[in-house]
Amino acid sequence: MTIALFLEQLLNGLQFGVMLFLMAAGLTLIFGVMGLINLAHGSLYMVGAFACAVVAAWSGSFWIGLVASLAAAAAAGAIVELVVIRRLYTRDHLDQVLATFALILIFSEGTRWVFGSIPLYLDIPTLLQGTVPLPGGSRYQLYRLAIIGVGIAVAIGLYLLITQTRLGMRIRAGESDREMIGALGVDVATLYTVVFALGAALAGLAGAMVGAIQSVQVGMGEPVLILAFVVIVIGGIGSIRGALIGAVLVGVTDTMGRFLLPQAMQLFLPPSQAGLIGGAIASMLIYLLMAVVLALKPRGLFPAQA
Amino acid sequence: MANRETIFNLAVALLLLALPIAANYAGEPFYVTLATRIAILSLAAVGLNLALGLGGLVSFGHAAFFGIGGYTAGILASHAFSGDPLIFGLPGTKQMIVIWLVAMIAGGIVAFLIGLISLRTAGVYFIMITLAFAQMIFYFAISWPAYGGEDGLPIFVRNQFPGVNTLRPLPYFLICYALLAIGLILFKLIADSRFGAALQATRQNEVRVASVGIPPYRIRLAAFVISGMFTAIAGALFADLNRFVSPSMLSWHLSGELIVLIILGGVGRLFGPVVGAAIYVLLEFWLGGITERWQFFLGLILLGVVLFARGGVVGLIAGRARHG
Repeated sequence: MTIALFLEQLLNGLQFGVMLFLMAAGLTLIFGVMGLINLAHGSLYMVGAFACAVVAAWSGSFWIGLVASLAAAAAAGAIVELVVIRRLYTRDHLDQVLATFALILIFSEGTRWVFGSIPLYLDIPTLLQGTVPLPGGSRYQLYRLAIIGVGIAVAIGLYLLITQTRLGMRIRAGESDREMIGALGVDVATLYTVVFALGAALAGLAGAMVGAIQSVQVGMGEPVLILAFVVIVIGGIGSIRGALIGAVLVGVTDTMGRFLLPQAMQLFLPPSQAGLIGGAIASMLIYLLMAVVLALKPRGLFPAQA
Repeated sequence: MANRETIFNLAVALLLLALPIAANYAGEPFYVTLATRIAILSLAAVGLNLALGLGGLVSFGHAAFFGIGGYTAGILASHAFSGDPLIFGLPGTKQMIVIWLVAMIAGGIVAFLIGLISLRTAGVYFIMITLAFAQMIFYFAISWPAYGGEDGLPIFVRNQFPGVNTLRPLPYFLICYALLAIGLILFKLIADSRFGAALQATRQNEVRVASVGIPPYRIRLAAFVISGMFTAIAGALFADLNRFVSPSMLSWHLSGELIVLIILGGVGRLFGPVVGAAIYVLLEFWLGGITERWQFFLGLILLGVVLFARGGVVGLIAGRARHG
């Protein structure tokens, strides 16, 4: 194992973590402000990826596709909020789980209806094709570095939005006392729609960016959704900072586990078995991480003040 | 009023028994298999109803126990088939009764371990943690190649029950129906017992339960373990019904479906899971016959049920529960 390979895997883990952050930020924001558990968040990720793939193929430009993915996911989020989600805020988590589970069925089957079961492909834009040198002599994909950059920019942007702007002030106020801000004249219903659309747009952005390195297909959002749940549970539900740290932790642990564990197992097992056992344990590693975190801190690393 | 719900429950129980028998003698064994599916999913959901309905523990990971039951049946049968010893020189088996016992114990142990950590949390954390643990087992099953990995594990011949030809649809249905009946009786006994009263009290007011000297954590853990055992047995039955086990039995879709069954029928109601399973399976079958896109319409119907028909079908027919 060389330093270069190690560094490459570490960057892959970081890229994966940043992508998870985009998903987890929306989920945790929606839960923090509205108290809603949204299983359909993965569907919005899928909507973003499909919008980007279709529009990019039609217009020939990845960038127009990226804008379309943001718009489509935000629009889908706003519509879903207005038609369905809005009626669920006062319900218990059980009803929310069931309703958003139903939304997944509708989104997945609806998308399959329109686009068929064959995966779509999305090319990496020419500007970001190619590689950059890494210390140690190997090279790393520029596009993946760009994803990391976008993730960091979104994290900073969200921080500024929430701490510095009027909308952010309302979001924070909504987290601590929704009745009071309603009484003070803030249109809570519109605020909720905006927050939901914002979370949806972030999910759509994640879907579009990942669409260029994986295939765009129905059901792509579900594994990511569950990992995003793990992230926000580790980070503390409702905390954006927790989501960022949890996401990087999960991304790096998962990637490095898959990379290092099979090799570590070779120290005391024959190579064929080491690969199998190491791989099986690596696939469970983040859940073990979550179990350890929760055993020590049942409300996550950065519990939001409730 | 002894009351609408009891009469309704009896009618459902009789219908679920009579229709498959009639279908069998009318030469329509397919409907017997459909009814078997209903009975098995009902049993799995009765297990979940114990945790979710009585204890208010919204477990989004019951597929774990369902799948563990399924894999118990598959693994024991495959060892019996190949003749290789399973562990410590013990052979596999094709006897359903042994398989059920092992499934129950395995499901109980895993439920104990998952519950030990998950029950330290509550609310939405609990939902997500149970989901994550089930996913952990799901990914383990996919990446562990010894028992088929992603491809699943076939059971070449359905396992045996003394004195019954399990290969024929009707006798196998009757076995499943009998287990469902036992499950429902146990559910009723548990719900009416001191333990059940304490469990329901933890759902309604945890602090008050703790203040009269009952530890809520232990009550919940016990309920979660019993719940996992029920669902594991249902999983073993399901594996034998399909003569196949695959990681899809562990997938989070199945956990979601089990919750759906309970909400459709009525949360915490004795026959809620049975009514829910019957509606769900028949709906799936009926929509699947009309359109390839049945999941789309199933989603719409479910959405309608959550938004507009609270209390489930049992609630709709038999009136609201006497205590919330």
